[in-house]
This record gives sequence, C-alpha cells and structure tokens, in this order.
Amino acid sequence: MTEPVIEAANVSRSYGSGPAWVQALKDVNLTLSGGELTVLMGPSGSGKTTLLSILGCMLAPTGGTVRVCGTSTSGVRPAELAKIRRQHIGFVFQSYHLFSTLTVAENVLLVLDVRGERGAEAMAKTKEILASVGLTSKMSSFPRQLSGGEQQRVAIARAVVAEPSAILADEPTAALDSVNGHATMTILSAIAKERDRAVLVVTHDPRLFEFADRIVHIQDGSLTPEQ
Amino acid sequence: MSLVFTLASRNLFQDRLRFTASLMGIVFSVVLVMVQMGLYFGFSGMITTMIDHTSTDLWIISSGTKYFEDLSLLSTGLKDRLLAIDGVSAVVPGVVGFSAWSLPGGAMSSVIVVGTDITAGGVSPWNVVEGTAQSLTVPGTVVIDRSQYGQLGVSGVGATALIRMQPVTVGAVTDGIRSFTTAPYVFTDLNGARAYTGLPASFASHFLVRLKPQANVEQTRQNILSSISGIQALTPDQFREQSRSFWLFRTGAGAALVAGALLGIIVGTVIVAQTLYSSTKEHLYEFATLRAMGASDSYIYQVIICQALLNAIIGFAIAALIGFAIVHYTAKSALQVVISPSLIIELFILTILMCIVSAIAAIFRVVRVDPAIVLTR
Repeated sequence: MTEPVIEAANVSRSYGSGPAWVQALKDVNLTLSGGELTVLMGPSGSGKTTLLSILGCMLAPTGGTVRVCGTSTSGVRPAELAKIRRQHIGFVFQSYHLFSTLTVAENVLLVLDVRGERGAEAMAKTKEILASVGLTSKMSSFPRQLSGGEQQRVAIARAVVAEPSAILADEPTAALDSVNGHATMTILSAIAKERDRAVLVVTHDPRLFEFADRIVHIQDGSLTPEQ
Repeated sequence: MSLVFTLASRNLFQDRLRFTASLMGIVFSVVLVMVQMGLYFGFSGMITTMIDHTSTDLWIISSGTKYFEDLSLLSTGLKDRLLAIDGVSAVVPGVVGFSAWSLPGGAMSSVIVVGTDITAGGVSPWNVVEGTAQSLTVPGTVVIDRSQYGQLGVSGVGATALIRMQPVTVGAVTDGIRSFTTAPYVFTDLNGARAYTGLPASFASHFLVRLKPQANVEQTRQNILSSISGIQALTPDQFREQSRSFWLFRTGAGAALVAGALLGIIVGTVIVAQTLYSSTKEHLYEFATLRAMGASDSYIYQVIICQALLNAIIGFAIAALIGFAIVHYTAKSALQVVISPSLIIELFILTILMCIVSAIAAIFRVVRVDPAIVLTR
C-alpha cells in the first residue's frame, strides 16, 4: 500500500469563544495518497477552505493531528510549517495569484528560487513544466497578457515545478469556462497519475467528478462517507 | 541570480507615480541634510579659517576671548615675558579689530582689520592672486579679498580708500578669504592696524608663540599659564575647537543646522516608510502567496529591503547630483556649502539606514499576513 502523503486524524478546528464560538471542522479523518486525485465537495461554509488550510499547513488545527510525508505538524513553529509547505506542498488557487510584475517563466521560477534552486537547472525545469502545460510560447508574457485558462495553467506549472508530494487546488476551475475547466482538470489528473502525486481538488462543480479517483463530501465541518 | 531583485524592482517601478513621490521624499531629505551639514562644515571652516591658515605652535589670547575676531587686549610687554619662558623660540604679536571702511559715496562699511608683522611670520594673507603679501611691509597698504570688491567699493591693486578716515592703498588681492561675519577681512601692517582700530601702541590682540625644536608643546603651554595670568595659551587645535564650540553651539547656530538635518531625516524616513508600506499593502496577496509557497521570512524581508535599498540608491544618486550643483554655486558665496568625500559616504550610509528603517513598517505588515488569505479570494 502507498504511504499516505497527507494524513489528517480527528482534526477539529474552532474559531472564537463564548457566544461567538464556531466549530468549523469536527473530527475530520482524511488520507491523501500519491497517484490519486481526490475531489472535496461541499457547500459554502461547510469547512472546505478551513480543511484545505489545515492540510496545506497554513492553519493549525485546534484538535487532532496532521502528518505530511510522515512529519507531524502538531506544535510546529510557523517557520517549520513554511519549510513543510516549501518541500512537500504545491498550491493552485481559484484566483491564480500569479505575480503581476513577473513573466510566466519568472512566476514558475519563483517557487524554485524560494527553495534556493537557481541557474540553468532551474530554468530547464521551468521550461519543461511550461511545455507540459502547453505554454512554451508564453514564457515571456506577463499574466495580464494571458487568458484565464492560461493563467491557471501557469499556476499549475508553478505548483508542480518543485515536484511536491501533494497538490492542493482550491476551486481551480471556478473562474474558467467549461473548456478551460476541463483542460485544467485533465492536467491535474495527469499530474496525479503520471507524476504519482496526491492531488486534492476543492470544488462546488459536480462536472469535475469524472476526474476524481475519490470524492469526499463535507457538510457542517464533518466529512460524509466516501463514494 | 535570485528573483528577489527582479520582484523588488518590478514592484517598485510598477507604480511610477508612487515611486516618483518616494524618490522626491528621499531627494528632499538627503539634499536638506546635505545642505545643512554642508553649511555646518562650511560655517565651521569659515570660523577657523585664520587659525587654519596660520602656522604657529601656540596662540596667546586674553582669558575671556572665545574666537579669533573676539576682542582681546594684551600688553605688548607680554612678548618679553613669553620669550623668557623655557622652550619659547619666537613671539609674534598680532592685532585684530573692527573698523570702518569708507566707501566712495561716503558711506561706511564695517571691516575686520588683521594687523600682522609679515616679516616675523604673523598671520598672513594666502591665496594671493594679485600683487604680493610682502606689500604689507609698506605702511598704509592693505590686502583684501576680491570677493569683497563690491562691498568695499574698490576694484584691485592700486585702489585707494579710507579706513577710519586714514588713507590706505590696496597692495595685493586674495581669493577665497571670507569672514563668517558680514565684515570683510582687511590685512595690514601691525602699526596700521592699531591706528585703524584705535588700539594703543602698547597693546596687541594675540601673540603667536613658536617653540624651540625640542620643546614639548604641552609642557611649554603649562609653563606659560603658570607664569602669566589672565591669558589663554592654546594650541591651534584647541583654539579651533573653542571657536567652533562658541559659534556652533553656544550661539545656537550649529544647533539650528543640526536640527534642520534631523528634520530632513525624519521627513525622508516617513515618506519612504509610507511609500513602502502602501506598496507592500498593494502586493499583500503576492506576499501571502509567497508565504503559502513556503518562502522563509528572510526571503520576504529581502524583497522589501531590496525595494528600500533601490529607493535609497536611486534617491541618493539624484540628491548627490543636486548637492554637487549646490556646492558649485555656493563656492564663491559668503556662506559656502562644503561637502567632503567623507560627508558623501556618511550621507550614503545614512540614506541606506533611513530607507531600511522605513521598511520596518512594511515588514511588520508582511509578518502579520496570514498565508491562508490566498484561499479566501
């Protein structure tokens, strides 16, 4: 059996105190493994973003444990969490969050730069990954010169260039038309299969189910049985 | 090469209006500090110009005297007493005092008469550009600076005038000898100076004391002070320091210049801080994305510090050019702005520090940014 890339056990998260106390997540158990694309589905306010933040080591759970590539994130300092993100996790955001002043190639190179990878080898990796998402001709373009679908492909290239074990995608198709949405999901699915990565896609869109190896529903902070 | 510089520079130059405002803040600040400090050093140099250009081991002045032009009355009889002190080789008296120079139209202009025994090595004019300083051996001859032609109503060697209603002839002309007061220096012989300032023949304003080759300056100075009361015996450095201290600090002139410089630093820091902060705030989601990517704090600080340094370097370069222009245009003025290479280096370091301090607010903002905000937009 494949070693889990991200493992959440009895994860809870609450906000506020007294009358303002809100429980966003309740005893969530979820395992993400390499080679698998998991779709996390749920209505607004169900706890999807909170769960994604915790699995992505951006938010600490108030209960339970999260292990990323065997490393527990409990009680870990923010700098250490940043290191875990840097080494093991790639993100794809709904709004792409590309750097407007950097070119396509520089946006992708930035992830490697943050990891201290520079020079010809980093550029070679960047070119290869941009070629794999069909953006070789756009390497010198700025994000504003790209369509939404192209921008999302840059974001995916950025998320995978450092070869993280897990890719966490937050509504990656929400801002795209159906053609670009389909293309994006095809790429994410290929990354899961061909690169043996654990891919988690958070979405509202049931059309994405066709790409899912697993579908996980979340409602009121709790996961419902998997399909 | 790291992308830190690329990201910092592009973020900085993206909003050209804001960048220009930031540069203007830095340039204003640095030029203000440069001018204030340049004036400070220029003023400081003018205060001590006579001391700086006189070769002597000790200055003897009366006990209450603070600076070269200050009223000082010493009996000429002191000369023999000074010569009798062990280690003293030569004693040269000098006279300094204010007098009235008559202008061609009959009006009067205040001058500082410097009486010297040029053959004995007294205070001598320097930078002589017309005539010779030796002309001061001829009674009734004066040496003036050419920058004062207008104020004195004369136009060069051979011109005649009246000082305290006594005729004088310009025997030589200097370039760049200016007093920090509005009164020009007028060099003349010792007796002439006494006549023009109303000083009796038995008085001098100062004595220059030169020591024997093996004599110890401090020991001789102490010997003089223990032998003669009511006087000060100062080395040139001590007299220079005493003069500067009086004019720059006891009169408040120096404090005003330093306060102006401090104001410049504060204004510059605030403007750069505001610019960096607003730039950081505008790119907050990008910084949050960097954090989400796992960028270390130091990587993010580098981006902001790099922006601050770019501001500093470009702003300083512009300010330095303006500074050099100011130096050029004030070189012949009554109040010179003196910018030395060391002042330039110190100002550059100050500008760098100012911009780095300005980055603190932006860094605090970024430190507090939650990487999870990238999931909410």
